[in-house]
Amino acid sequence: MAKLWQVTKLIRSKNAGPFELTFDVIFKDHDTYEKVRDAKVISAEWFARTYRLTPEVVSVIHYDAASAIKITIPRPAISGDIDDTDVFGGQQYGPLVDLEVP
Amino acid sequence: MNEIRIVSATGILGSGFREETLQRAMRLEPHFIGADSGSTDPGPHYLGSGETLFSDSAYKRDLRLILLAARAAKVPAIIGSACTSGSDSQLERLVGIAREIARKEKLSFKLAAIHSEQNKEYLKRKLGEGKITPLANAPEFDDQVIDRSAHIVGMAGIEPFVEALERGAEVVIAGRSSDTSIFSAMPVMRGLNPATVWHAAKILECGAACVVMRKYPDCMFATVRDDHFIVEPPNPEYRCDPASIASHNLYENSTPYELVEPSGVLNTFAAKYEALSERAVRVSGSTFTPAARYTIKLEGAELAGYQSILIGSVRDPIILRQFDSWLAGLTRAAQDRIAAVFGADIEGKYRLDVRVFGRNATMGVLESETAIGHEVGLLFQVTADTQQRATALIKSVSHIAVHYPVPEWTGLITSIAYPYSPAEIARGPSYRFNMNHVVEPASPLEMFSIDYQRVG
Repeated sequence: MAKLWQVTKLIRSKNAGPFELTFDVIFKDHDTYEKVRDAKVISAEWFARTYRLTPEVVSVIHYDAASAIKITIPRPAISGDIDDTDVFGGQQYGPLVDLEVP
Repeated sequence: MNEIRIVSATGILGSGFREETLQRAMRLEPHFIGADSGSTDPGPHYLGSGETLFSDSAYKRDLRLILLAARAAKVPAIIGSACTSGSDSQLERLVGIAREIARKEKLSFKLAAIHSEQNKEYLKRKLGEGKITPLANAPEFDDQVIDRSAHIVGMAGIEPFVEALERGAEVVIAGRSSDTSIFSAMPVMRGLNPATVWHAAKILECGAACVVMRKYPDCMFATVRDDHFIVEPPNPEYRCDPASIASHNLYENSTPYELVEPSGVLNTFAAKYEALSERAVRVSGSTFTPAARYTIKLEGAELAGYQSILIGSVRDPIILRQFDSWLAGLTRAAQDRIAAVFGADIEGKYRLDVRVFGRNATMGVLESETAIGHEVGLLFQVTADTQQRATALIKSVSHIAVHYPVPEWTGLITSIAYPYSPAEIARGPSYRFNMNHVVEPASPLEMFSIDYQRVG
């Protein structure tokens, strides 16, 4: 088993506007991308469990053109609001880094 | 062949680009130079307060090179989302900087300033007519939200830019506008396929962000034709490949397949990305569906309160072993002390929040890891209706926190390390983005007035 960071060129999180948070997992090669995609390791259910959400609010998109998986969720707090912890949304991807993938 | 060549000076005006890269790009004879100057990324402070993300000096440095290059080549310079949020005062600031550059450099041009700040009575009328509707995850919206807003801007589409260019503007500086409109206006005006144009604009809007390895901010160049565009970095140290261009659709976007603009939706599902060389990529195949109703996205910010904060850390293993109960007790004691000093009616006039670094300060409610390490950082934060009150309250928190006991130690302990004297820091006003809605104007220009000025 490899860790997700070992098979990707980039794992990042970022605001998609002040009201949504988006995660990009961009793989080094298309074959590994397909393997991970088809094994459904990064599913709405897994993501919801890991980030303490309900699966219904998690959108998972497979983007073949860039060998990438994108996850988008509503921001738990509006960017920069009193409860917000990360104005740019840039440090929310930690739990993805060491995920074991086939 | 009908083609428009475009140079994007940088991802955000004020962040910089290399002078020699712009010169190299100008030798490719672009039809205009575009640059975005705004973002909501750094948060609501800039729209709320009117401050700018970069210094005037940083804007001047970038804008000077753009204006010199554009005037020498006699092509338009198009800048969007002036000075971070594109409110009227920020637009005036960037227009002022442009005038100062023109004076010093003896440039003369016709300038168009596009105003994006919105009239509150107009918005209330639109709301009453049912012409304002929410987008994903939008907060509640009513007349009070409009009244409470420090500033509200509309995100312009291409239409005000096209209007300004058709009236002969040589320099266009806009308030809030979609990043892509800056680059789409002229090619759409010249009749190129909007699908190709909007896709090219999405790639260009972040400057050199679409290269394989971006080491520093720089310019980007695209040649847009009817059925395809070619993107190639003008900096010889940079290269694009099909994956780097396709990946850019992911950036700051909830889906890589769709880009919603006032006039329609770009769909990149069927797009083809082909390497033309080691450095250039040819893109084709996207589609554009005109919108059934033309809409303008609103951005607003209101004052959430004034804040004072306190930063400290804890290293004692005895405290850390009972950290949760210690912190809960401390917080209660601080609230009791505040009530004792300021009276029971202070309740509800302030908020005390604590961020625990080393536990969940980064991810908050999304964090599932619960263990803490050999030390934790603490950030106490008071939010109140005035700065004076916020600072008065944090002083009480500060004294309670620094001596809050644990049962194991007998005698007075000093339980937090404060790195500063004074420990308390006044943070000033804190703003909140308060809308994620679109308006349906009667016409694309209704929400944007344009001033024309002769400069130089």
